[in-house]
Amino acid sequence: MLTKTPRNSKNGKTAPRISELPKIDTATDTREILAHAAKEARQDNYFIVDVDAHVTETAFWPDIIDRMESDVYKQMARAFKGRGPAPGLLNSTPGMLYQDVFGRIPHQQRLGEDAPGGRTHKQVTLVQRAMDSLGIDYMVVFPTPMLVLGMHPQAEVEVVVGNAFNKWLTEEVLPQEPRMKAMLYLPFNHPEACVKAVEMYADNSSVIGYSVTSTRFRAVNHDSYMPLYSAIQATGKPLAFHSGFHWGDQSMQQCNRFISMHAISFVYYNIIHLTNWIINGMPERFPKLKVIWIESGLAWLPFIMQRLDSEYMMRSSEAPLLKRRPSEYIRDMYFSSQPLERSNLDLTEATFKAIKADTQLLFASDWPHWDFDLPNAITSLPFLDEQAKRNILGFNAAGLFNLEVPKHKMIGAKNGARTKKAPSREPVTV
Amino acid sequence: MDEISVGRLADIPDGDYRIFAVEQLEVGIFRTGSKVLAYENVCPHAGGPVCQGKIFNKVEEIITSDKKSAGLRFGKARHIVCPWHGYEYDLATGCHPGDPSLRLTPVKVAVRNGQIYVSMPE
Repeated sequence: MLTKTPRNSKNGKTAPRISELPKIDTATDTREILAHAAKEARQDNYFIVDVDAHVTETAFWPDIIDRMESDVYKQMARAFKGRGPAPGLLNSTPGMLYQDVFGRIPHQQRLGEDAPGGRTHKQVTLVQRAMDSLGIDYMVVFPTPMLVLGMHPQAEVEVVVGNAFNKWLTEEVLPQEPRMKAMLYLPFNHPEACVKAVEMYADNSSVIGYSVTSTRFRAVNHDSYMPLYSAIQATGKPLAFHSGFHWGDQSMQQCNRFISMHAISFVYYNIIHLTNWIINGMPERFPKLKVIWIESGLAWLPFIMQRLDSEYMMRSSEAPLLKRRPSEYIRDMYFSSQPLERSNLDLTEATFKAIKADTQLLFASDWPHWDFDLPNAITSLPFLDEQAKRNILGFNAAGLFNLEVPKHKMIGAKNGARTKKAPSREPVTV
Repeated sequence: MDEISVGRLADIPDGDYRIFAVEQLEVGIFRTGSKVLAYENVCPHAGGPVCQGKIFNKVEEIITSDKKSAGLRFGKARHIVCPWHGYEYDLATGCHPGDPSLRLTPVKVAVRNGQIYVSMPE
């Protein structure tokens, strides 16, 4: 089989260039998997901030265990080693391994590609390959299996694991790549520990915000969280609620297929937390606290805006802190775009109008997960003008997170985006 | 329309496939017996490298005469699955099983004297 053809054929014509492309499996290099995206990225000069991508923390679990604060928990976590694939102390959820559609989506299964060892951390190399292929200027990373850690029955385990993950990320990974940022993990089942985490990283420039994994049964309006929200508001950094799924949740156990549970679950947790947030007047109590809702798509928003407005007008006595309709508070919030629903573009357009996407929507890829979006999820939308695309892809996030925009990408930048020097393209090794 | 040889039929085992970049065209060549089919290596969903994905037989649900589910089985239709997001396309038709309007772009391909020839789009 031909893999290369000489350029000069017998008849004097230039022979065509032919090469063979590999089948993609779990060992395929990220740059090969995303080669088509890279071709697209080379054709434009968008400034892109990906506000939701993921590291695979379990691939580096021994390093995270080493950073646990207690020798007892370290020993417990290490004792799990060799007893199966689930890393010690992490709670797994039924269906976690269903995500790759049973081998159909290899990059979700495992990024088993070669990465040069040495001074650059493998996780950094993997992120750099994805960023460069997708044309992304900044990537905000979250954990993966830890997205369900909020369901762990032991609050202290969430604290130990969450803190160790934060240390690993800020000590070992983020310092090597200034284009990588994080919204650190808050062990939300333990409010005091959350406050400590906020204070510990308030001055870390790679930490551009804080996140609560939404998959949990905790009312975000509980009084125990008020010191936490005060502390975050004082830092000026945003608070994100990153949703997820949990098939062990009794409501979700009614779904017999992963597709059903997954489709509902990501919206379900954020719809509850956002409702509690609004109805209990959190935007009035913390007017300077910027809130982001991550990985629930957008289609739920026109529903909840209208639903809460309707009920509020009849039952305003139950939400006495509100001075405006619920939808007006929602319009002041930020939302990440992925997974962007696009099967009915009329509905998508109406949703964008409803949430003031021009200023409030933040592009997210969710790479390397199976339902990731590319920048073309935004650039291909026929109803957006060029400025709106640039805002959603990067300038809204630049303003929100106070990120520097390279000068040559400042085309039409508003929304508080600031320019200084371009972030280094070269990894900083330590 | 130029025809370009990408190699010998014998180099693709029966039921298997290979993917080539011919100048700017990326094309997947799928062999069934002595026949070949070819599709552009671009998923109509998001532009993914669909032909570089895996082949799975279509999953079917067995429904009994009293409309109960008797489980799942693999059918005969073979699907190429885009490795980016899992979009599946029937290899015989190029169509998505749930929306036939979403389909792979076929590429004209012929086998002569054991050689596979791809017609380059204008």
